[in-house]
Amino acid sequence: MSDKTPIISIRNVTKRFKGAPSAAVDDVSLDIMPGEFFVLLGPSGCGKTTLLRMIAGFEIPTSGQILIDGQDMAEVPPNKRPVNMVFQSYAVFPHMTVAQNVGYGLKIAGVSADEIRSRVAEALELVKLDGLDARMPDQLSGGQRQRVALARSLVMRPKVLLLDEPLSALDAKLRAQMQFELADLQDKVGITFITVTHDQDEALSMAGRIAVMNKGDVAQLAAPADLYEYPANRFVADFVGSVNIFEGKLTLDEPDKAAVDCPGLGKVWLNHGVTGAHGSNVWVALRPEKIYLHVPGEGKAVRAAAEDAPEGHNFARGQIKGMSYLGDITLYEIQLDCGAMIRVSRPNLSRHDQEDFTWDDRVSMHWRADSPVVLLS
Amino acid sequence: MKLLGKRAPVAPLEYTRRWSMRIWVGLVLLFLYTPLITLVAFSFNDSRRNIVWRGFTTKYYEKALHNSSLMEALTNSITIAALATVVSVVLGALAAVLLWRFRFPTKAAWEGAMALPIVVPEICMGVAMLAFFARLDLPQDLPWPFDLSQITIAHITFCFPFVAMVVRSRLTSFNREEEEAAKDLGASEWQAFRDVLLPHMKPGLIAGALLAFTLSLDDFVITFFTSGPNTVTFPVKVYSMVRFSVTPEVNAASALVIALTVLLTTIALKLQSRMGTLAQGH
Repeated sequence: MSDKTPIISIRNVTKRFKGAPSAAVDDVSLDIMPGEFFVLLGPSGCGKTTLLRMIAGFEIPTSGQILIDGQDMAEVPPNKRPVNMVFQSYAVFPHMTVAQNVGYGLKIAGVSADEIRSRVAEALELVKLDGLDARMPDQLSGGQRQRVALARSLVMRPKVLLLDEPLSALDAKLRAQMQFELADLQDKVGITFITVTHDQDEALSMAGRIAVMNKGDVAQLAAPADLYEYPANRFVADFVGSVNIFEGKLTLDEPDKAAVDCPGLGKVWLNHGVTGAHGSNVWVALRPEKIYLHVPGEGKAVRAAAEDAPEGHNFARGQIKGMSYLGDITLYEIQLDCGAMIRVSRPNLSRHDQEDFTWDDRVSMHWRADSPVVLLS
Repeated sequence: MKLLGKRAPVAPLEYTRRWSMRIWVGLVLLFLYTPLITLVAFSFNDSRRNIVWRGFTTKYYEKALHNSSLMEALTNSITIAALATVVSVVLGALAAVLLWRFRFPTKAAWEGAMALPIVVPEICMGVAMLAFFARLDLPQDLPWPFDLSQITIAHITFCFPFVAMVVRSRLTSFNREEEEAAKDLGASEWQAFRDVLLPHMKPGLIAGALLAFTLSLDDFVITFFTSGPNTVTFPVKVYSMVRFSVTPEVNAASALVIALTVLLTTIALKLQSRMGTLAQGH
């Protein structure tokens, strides 16, 4: 991918709104490649929507440059940009039929009526709305309205399709289905998609690459699996998925092993180096699903931990203070002997697995030496 | 209720099934419509006076329709109302869009100034208009319909703020992303306005036009001060007729105007709901 030229180049873009104490987007640089499914992920107010709106042309950067297909967009108004947007509210025109909605952009562009008809039909088929061309928007479900908005943008054959929180207004079942369909659609049309979302599941399931944003800044840019398994900092580790974070001191750091002493958790052993200064303050992130729970016989946990770490490492004891049964997994809130709380999830591999542990049970835990992530910031 | 056995108990929100409520609603309707019904009924009364029923006749309608000065006044009124409505709708819609769309210094002052013609007592407006036109000293003996320009201008002044108010409240429900979507699809500022904002405003424009038309049609005070000697409108004419005696002829003419306004309102509402089902303008 690196040999191609980026379809969108964002260079040192900053956006300050009048009267706002800090910049909404703060010196962001990103390259988005043709055909990519790119996701901007972040909590509300992190600047992701502002960035998207700057690409579409609805906001003007305070400084910096946005290039689309190598062309500077500084002087180009939204109606002249080779991008199209699917709005969060879908913004389907309520007084036009489905066909009129989808054909609107072509009509403005002066395309002949015959061509409009055939391209609208094609676009509606693409989003599986064929046969509904004469319907009014209020006769459609939320999911169908979104498809109209999608078709309306796709029919313009843009270089880039921008989607602002495309799935947030749909119910859970439909959302899961649309996640697949969007990825599928992107595959089919080959257009670059840039999606804004605050939902990490959505981002992980659809994206080719994800830029996690925090306070106007890109906190990490990575592929979904890398983002989850190798978060670059505490913000990303915490925002993407659920995580336990413990502060500690780096006591050993060699190319193939490292150790962190966490007062809240115990001694943590890693089977790889972390390139941090000896004795420096670091944070250990441990995902709940990467912790094994053991029935009170404590020897088992110690033996399991000792398999890939020196004795006394990667192992803890505690008492179950809370649990919630979610069907496929059970979540446990465990108070460690040193007082800190840790979250552990356990898959219910058989029907009776959730009966193994209950409130106030003493438990032991262990985790593998490649599970913890050491974070320097 | 228990004695009757079959009846379902009255639910808390079933107001229409409570006798106290029914009587109250009946009284309100009686209070509202008795004068109107009396007016229309006595327009068919075969008597010079409006007091005792003497039998059915339509001769006063004939008389009213052949009363050339009354008909001239009615024509004037409708012409003024039509002109004032068109101009008020355009001005009011533009003012509403301006105040809704843009943020600028002194905006609050503008909004207040817009509402002023609504709250200032009509008599004050009338006197002010009189003084204004006297100062302007427009030629008085213009041919029809230019002799109506003073009244029309005065009517526009107090009508367009009502239109602006109605249209503005309609605009608050507009989803701005729709306008952005239009531009995103290539529409210019004007095309986005024409294709997206204007259809959304349509119900407000129709309601505003109806309001302006009826306000203009029955205005008496301001018209009285701004009309020249040769420009008589329907309300002013009726007033001068009533000063001698309330004849069934006045009743008949009034009934005709009522019929006209009801007809226009029905047409406008039909139009609006047809556009609603046709185009879902909400």
